[in-house]
Parts: sequence; C-alpha cells; structure tokens
Amino acid sequence: MLEDLLRIFSFQDLNTRVVLAGTTLLGTACGAIGTFTLLRQRALVGDALSHAALPGVCLAFLILGQKSFAGLLFGALVSGTAGVLVIYLVSRYTRVSEDASIGIVLSTFFGFGITLSRLIQNDPQGNKSGIETFIYGKAASMLTADAWMMLCICLGVLIVLLALFKELTLVCFDPDFARTAGWPVGALDLLLMAVLVVTTIAGLQAVGVVLIIALLITPSAAARFWTDDIKSMMAISCFFGGSSAFIGTVISGVSSRIATGPMIVLTAALIFVISLLFGSRGGVLARFYSGSVASMESPQ
Amino acid sequence: MNEHRADTPISIHSLSIAYRRKPVLWDIDLDIEEGKITGIIGPNGSGKTTLMKAVLDLVPKASGDVRIYGQPFSRSRRLVSYVPQRESVDWEFPVSALEVVLMGRYGSLGWFRRPKRADYSQARACLQKVGMLEFADRQINQLSGGQQQRVFLARALAQDAKIYLMDEPFAGVDAATEGAIIKLLFDMRAEGRTIVVVHHDLHSVRRYFDNLILLNMRLIAVGPTAEVFTESNLDLLYGGRLTLLSEASHLASKPA
Repeated sequence: MLEDLLRIFSFQDLNTRVVLAGTTLLGTACGAIGTFTLLRQRALVGDALSHAALPGVCLAFLILGQKSFAGLLFGALVSGTAGVLVIYLVSRYTRVSEDASIGIVLSTFFGFGITLSRLIQNDPQGNKSGIETFIYGKAASMLTADAWMMLCICLGVLIVLLALFKELTLVCFDPDFARTAGWPVGALDLLLMAVLVVTTIAGLQAVGVVLIIALLITPSAAARFWTDDIKSMMAISCFFGGSSAFIGTVISGVSSRIATGPMIVLTAALIFVISLLFGSRGGVLARFYSGSVASMESPQ
Repeated sequence: MNEHRADTPISIHSLSIAYRRKPVLWDIDLDIEEGKITGIIGPNGSGKTTLMKAVLDLVPKASGDVRIYGQPFSRSRRLVSYVPQRESVDWEFPVSALEVVLMGRYGSLGWFRRPKRADYSQARACLQKVGMLEFADRQINQLSGGQQQRVFLARALAQDAKIYLMDEPFAGVDAATEGAIIKLLFDMRAEGRTIVVVHHDLHSVRRYFDNLILLNMRLIAVGPTAEVFTESNLDLLYGGRLTLLSEASHLASKPA
C-alpha cells in the first residue's frame, strides 16, 4: 500500500499522471458547469441525463463487440440526449409534470441499461470487465489516450463557460428579462445542456453514470455556503470539485478494489457537510451565531 | 386606431392570446400614448401580465399583432425596457445589487464583452436615481422587498429605453419605496419616456396615471383616466364581485 502511494505521488508513471490530471480537471469542469446547473435549477435533469446514458453505453458495447472508448462515449451521448429530449417532450406536451417525467425517464432508461449490462456480462465471448467501469467508475482502468481525451473535453468545457459567463449568468437569473433584451435564451439553455451532456459523458469512465451527478451538484452546493458572489462561487466550486476528484482518484488508486466514483463522491460529500456546518454564508454555525447576535442588537 | 403609425410607442391590433386553447385575451385594439404614464387595471386573471408579455414577444399570439413605433418588437427591442414582477426571480441568487443593474447594460455590450468602467459608472448612477447607491455591493438576498423592486427599476433605467413596461412595481413595497418609485416615474415622464404599469391598487389610480386601460379578457375601456375611470366602467370591469364593486364605485364617484 505504501508503495502504491509512493508510486502515485512520485508521478513516475506517465499513465498515473495523466489519469490524475484528467480526473482533477474533470472535477474542476464539473464544479464549473454544476454552478450554472444548480442556479438554473436543472440538477434533476442532470441526474436523469447521466442515468439515461447507460443504455447507450451498453448498446454501443454490444454492437461494437469490444471496448472502444470513443464508440461507448458516442452511445452515451445519443441515449443521454434522447433521455433529456423525452423529458422535454413529455413535460411540455402532456399533463405529466416535469419532475414526474424526470422520474419516469431516469428509471426506465437506467433499468434498460442494467438489463443490457447483465446481457453483456452473461455473454461468454464478451470482455466482461469493461462495462462495470461505466456504472461505478474506475479511473485506474483508463488508458493514457482516454485520459487525454477527458482532459481536452474538460478544458473545452471550461473555456466555453468562462467565455459565456456573463450571458449564462443573465439567463440563469432572469430568463424573461434576458429574452426581452434580445438574448437567445433557448439557444443558451441548449448550450448549457450540451455542456452538461459532454461533461457527464467525459466523466463516465472515471466516475460512472450513477454518481457523476454528485460531482456536478455537490461542489457547487457546498461553494454556495462560502460566498454570495457568483464568480467566487464558481471558483470555489471548481476547487472543491477538482480536489474531490484528486483525492478520490488517489484513494482508489491505492486499493485496486475500491471504485473511483464512490471515493470521489464521498470526498465531495464530506466537503459539503463541512461547508453546510461551518460555511460563512448561511452555514449552520454562522446562522446560529448571527441569529443570536441579531436578537441582542436593538432594532434601528 | 387600426393604422400602425411610426409615432405611436405601442400599437396593438386585433390581439388574441390563448393558453392551451383557452382564450386569455380577446381581440384587443389599443394605442399607448407617447410620454404618458398608462395604467393597466383589472381583476386577477384578467390578462394584464399576459398583455404586457404579448407586447414583449414572451407569449405566442393566437392572432393580431403589436408594433413598437411602427416596427415589430424583434426590430425595436432596444427601445423597450421590461421590469418583471419581483417574485419572478430567485432573490437568493448570488449576485450584488450593482451586478443586477449591470445586467441592464448587457444588451448594448453584446456577446463575450465584459462591462467596462463606463458601464459601472452608469449602473451606479442608476442606483443613485432610485436611492440605492449605498446598497450597491449588498447581496440581493439581504435587501427588503421594496429595495429589491428599486434595484429592478435601476436595471431598467440602465437600459436607457424610450418605453418602460412595469409589471406590478408597487406590489408589496413599503410607503417610502412607493413614493420614491412614483417620483421616479414622474421624472421619467418629464424626460418624454412612455411608461406602462400593471397596477392593482384602485386608490392610487387617479393620482398616478394619465391614461388607463381597463382589461378583463376583453378591453373594457381605454383613454384618459378622468374619462374612463368611471362607476359604469368599473361596474363592467369587476362585474358580479359585489364588495369590490361597492368600493370601486365609491372611489370612482370621489373626485381626485
């Protein structure tokens, strides 16, 4: 175990370095897009999206017959997008409300995906180890090329979000006002969704479909407890996401039996709980303290 | 009235709106007079907000059209500023009062560009006009309802438009804010701007509005307040609602 730690921290092995850099950047990108997802109140859609990606991964696996990273990501992209589209159509054109349609789509797509993954695992010819990775995440199974791809996607995501920071902030805060001022709110919403899809897909192999949503939402929710400023919130969220991913990857790298996804999510959850309790803006302790101070002060 | 003249700020012709096939507005025809404060009154669910949103292209029209100085809204949006209902946004959103006002500058900034020093100073000037400069760096969740409303007005001022559409700017604000807002509206009118206000408090109608639109799915009446704010029109507007009716007739018979 000590040797493993030494191996990771000495960064001797190129693959380890690239994978660690890749997951850390993934966490950072998740923290960034998560901030807008949270503020646009799209957290549940993100959850449905990641679960809806699983059947696409499995279908691509069945059709291609072997683990091709690009092929599996394409499958995830198609079925994840299809899931979001179904949610949109059902909630818009039927009596079913959005939260109910999210619940239906999430469970149906995921159930279909699990069924397919069992088929794959029972197939005597197939490569059984591959598919489990996409459900729970296994950063150690990533090849250097996979990690490079993830790195590039995440850099792209960060660049897009920073370039459109002003526009996305406006759309998240007051979409009606933005529309009257001439901003294409629908297109910007779609872009936000596309970035969310791409980030989710990029993180599938490292974190897995079940838990990627935690990395998207938890760091930004935690960041909100430390600031009232959206720029700082995004920076802190990126830091929380990046460090959760880094720590989670290291822990799972030390022990080959621990999946990466759960470790990353548990780290993010720990940061969230600490923020919830000790955060300077609306944390439990800060509230308690300011509440007792306010009650002692005389009204103006 | 049926002509879309280029000197009329807002001209609405044969406008009908439906939600899920149920009509909300039916065959509305009216012109808004330039440089005046026009109030829109009517019972809850009478389509006041919908009329405003139809002018702003925020809801699809079943039929009819709206012109801004003779042009469709999509070609004249720079002339129009919208102040939505305060409840329409999440005030827990992590931005300061100044940043909300800066959003009024985004339209003229265009894509990708960050606000410059001139935008910041203009935003501060707008906060000053609504008496909120000292709260510039305050987070919006720490402002009172009246202060939040004033921040919304400052954002609209930052757009420097010719036409202002305000949805219930006096709803749930304290007396000081109400006084500050109406003074601001009178100042804007003096600058020749056209202001349309969705309103619910009949007591202040005579003092606030030059012209009045009485709306209850159909257009009940439109014209100078002194002429259309009458007992018989209010009877038509609130027909069947007896308590309101008696209050309304009391108000209408009383000279301002």
